[in-house]
Amino acid sequence: MSGPGEQTGSRHRFGHTELPPRQAAALRRAERLEVVTFLYMTTCVAVVFATAGGSQAMKTAWIEDSLALIPPLAFLVAVRVGRRRPSADHPYGYHRATGIGHLTAAVALLAVGLLLIEDSAMGLLRAEHPPIGTVHLLGQTFWSGWLMVAAMVYTGIGPFVLAQLKLPLAEELHDKVLYADADMQKADWMTAAGTIAGVLGIGVGWWWADSTAALLISLSIVRDGWSNLRHASTALMDERARTYDDEHPHPLTQDVDEALRRLPWVVDSRSRVRDQGHVFHVEAFVRPAEGQAPTLDQLEEAVDLLRDLDWKLHDVVVMPVRDLPDTIPDPRAEGAR
Amino acid sequence: MPATRRAALLTGAALLLAGCGLSIPTDPDGTLDRIRAEGVLRVGASPRPGWVETGDGQPGGREPRLVAAFADDLGAEVEWTVAGEEELVRLFEDGKLDLAVGGFTEDNAWVDKVGLTRAYTEVVVSGTTEAHVMMVPMGENALQSQLERWLDVHGGGA
Repeated sequence: MSGPGEQTGSRHRFGHTELPPRQAAALRRAERLEVVTFLYMTTCVAVVFATAGGSQAMKTAWIEDSLALIPPLAFLVAVRVGRRRPSADHPYGYHRATGIGHLTAAVALLAVGLLLIEDSAMGLLRAEHPPIGTVHLLGQTFWSGWLMVAAMVYTGIGPFVLAQLKLPLAEELHDKVLYADADMQKADWMTAAGTIAGVLGIGVGWWWADSTAALLISLSIVRDGWSNLRHASTALMDERARTYDDEHPHPLTQDVDEALRRLPWVVDSRSRVRDQGHVFHVEAFVRPAEGQAPTLDQLEEAVDLLRDLDWKLHDVVVMPVRDLPDTIPDPRAEGAR
Repeated sequence: MPATRRAALLTGAALLLAGCGLSIPTDPDGTLDRIRAEGVLRVGASPRPGWVETGDGQPGGREPRLVAAFADDLGAEVEWTVAGEEELVRLFEDGKLDLAVGGFTEDNAWVDKVGLTRAYTEVVVSGTTEAHVMMVPMGENALQSQLERWLDVHGGGA
């Protein structure tokens, strides 16, 4: 493992895990993209705020855009914190920073989504007719609704493009904050389209179109918040490692046992693999052949074998046991959820 | 989110269809069309020295003169109701007024209950700038836009 004097090593690592060249490049790119996202969304917040006027859908879109500033910030902070090496006080490193960032973003989304649902539902119930007058700009007087539509076209395009660029990086880096961010942004064009529909609805005299659009947008915010809250909290509760998009149990969990079972001195293996954020923590219990205690060389060989499986497997413990611990359920028993 | 997407598409399609026969913006309650058709502009006036003078007979002063000219432009006669601000707001909510004047500024406290036009003129009163507006029914955007355009041209002078 790393010696004490290496605090200033490469910046392309998570804790003491040096990133392979592919992941190092992906991390650099992801950091750049998140900075771009942050700056772009700041301009969106300003543009939408300036044009929002009396439209509830515009106000809702404005809040969603403001919320979209949190995930890029959470990512940039988490990557910086997670880079620190383990210390005496933090023997596991700082990888959990990612989980905290993920949870924070999720709670913010959920809370604001619920507030907005109440807001737009009340608007519908009270039959509020949103007032949108004209603007006087560059010597021209025109209906403000057109300005709102233009603003939403601007805020709709960027996130969609950025999301497509970020999704593959989220998989490469196994970064759930980055994934949550990209996944939300991918759906952002629907917010923009919904808002445009709401504003044009006001334009043709359908006062309810605006609040209805706002309601649909708030529902999508709540849905994002809820699924992120679920995944962020189960990950912090040491759920078995799942893929970057939380769709499946991570295949590495089974790969670990299979690789160990292939060793000539190992009869059976049972392991716990948890996701610390980017990297996995592996505790593998192996049953050696009938009463044969493994040598230190054999144990070290087993650890190296696991580390060579994937860059994410770094913090690895291999423990020889007489019988597999029955406190750890067989991962194959419950199948892939 | 298929449900949301479907709803967005439906709304979009409906808007396209509706857009063919309609002008933007349109009043949800058709106030502007009604004023033109019936030739009556129902205006509330709340007295404020220098802006709206209410004595015997019809309200006079700077804003009532503007309103009369605006009504003329729409081919309508003004039907005046003189009352306090709160009463005027209640009449708006009951759909009994099309417009109200009273030296209102854009810092008006009734902004949640009535529509306010874009400020059409600014005056400096003891060091602070007052941006003056008129009241219209909430969300009657065609009427509001028509009035704002008209005030852009005619509101500054008087």
